[in-house]
Amino acid sequence: MSSTFDTVANIISETCDIPRETIKPESHAIDDLGIDSLDFLDIAFAIDKAFGIKMPLEKWTQEINEGKATTDQYFVLSNLSERIDALVAAKGS
Amino acid sequence: MKLEKFQLIDRVVDFNEADKSIRCEAKVPLESSIFEGHFPGYPLMPGVLLLETMAQTSGWAILMLLKFQRMPFLAAAREAKFRGFVLPGAALDMHAKIVHDGSGFAVAKAEGKLDGKVVCDATIMFRVVEFPNEEIRGSMLELARRNGVPAEMIQ
Repeated sequence: MSSTFDTVANIISETCDIPRETIKPESHAIDDLGIDSLDFLDIAFAIDKAFGIKMPLEKWTQEINEGKATTDQYFVLSNLSERIDALVAAKGS
Repeated sequence: MKLEKFQLIDRVVDFNEADKSIRCEAKVPLESSIFEGHFPGYPLMPGVLLLETMAQTSGWAILMLLKFQRMPFLAAAREAKFRGFVLPGAALDMHAKIVHDGSGFAVAKAEGKLDGKVVCDATIMFRVVEFPNEEIRGSMLELARRNGVPAEMIQ
């Protein structure tokens, strides 16, 4: 998970010009780092490319809007990194 | 081009679904009120309209890939470059390739050529969403027919 987090944190730092040292596993991309939806598209593009996956952002957003999930489950970076690991594992299986 | 309607693509010439690439024709009109201000005595196609022409070229490719079930909206442009003057009457040869099909977004690389030489290029990101209503979808389908989009691509 740590290497996935490092990759994600580096992408966020470079994409949004946020100091790398302020990006922690417990950081919430929206609430703590202030990333807006357009910037998150850039991040999603970079993550998709870096890991060779397609993050299901629309499905996640729908689950949040329907109250079936919280934003923490997808946008706290440790949780996001776990989701990415799962997507990578699913791709390889 | 119908500058007054912001419809900048005249015809879809080729679409390769496997390669996710498209080629379109876009002829700059000889006369337009835009050229009265940009610039008096030296009419030029504005760079922002070349960017829009690249966006519309990419947009047609996304619409066709998605069989007109969803609509792309311009979200961001990166590395837009305008490498040469485009004058009234110029016949632009527009190309775009969808380089990433994400969840709710797509990214294209687009360029415009004159006489084989690239005059503009950019990387463009789109939000891809449900059509807001049937009216806009119907108008896009009608425009697609007028622009020569093959019938099998129009659902």
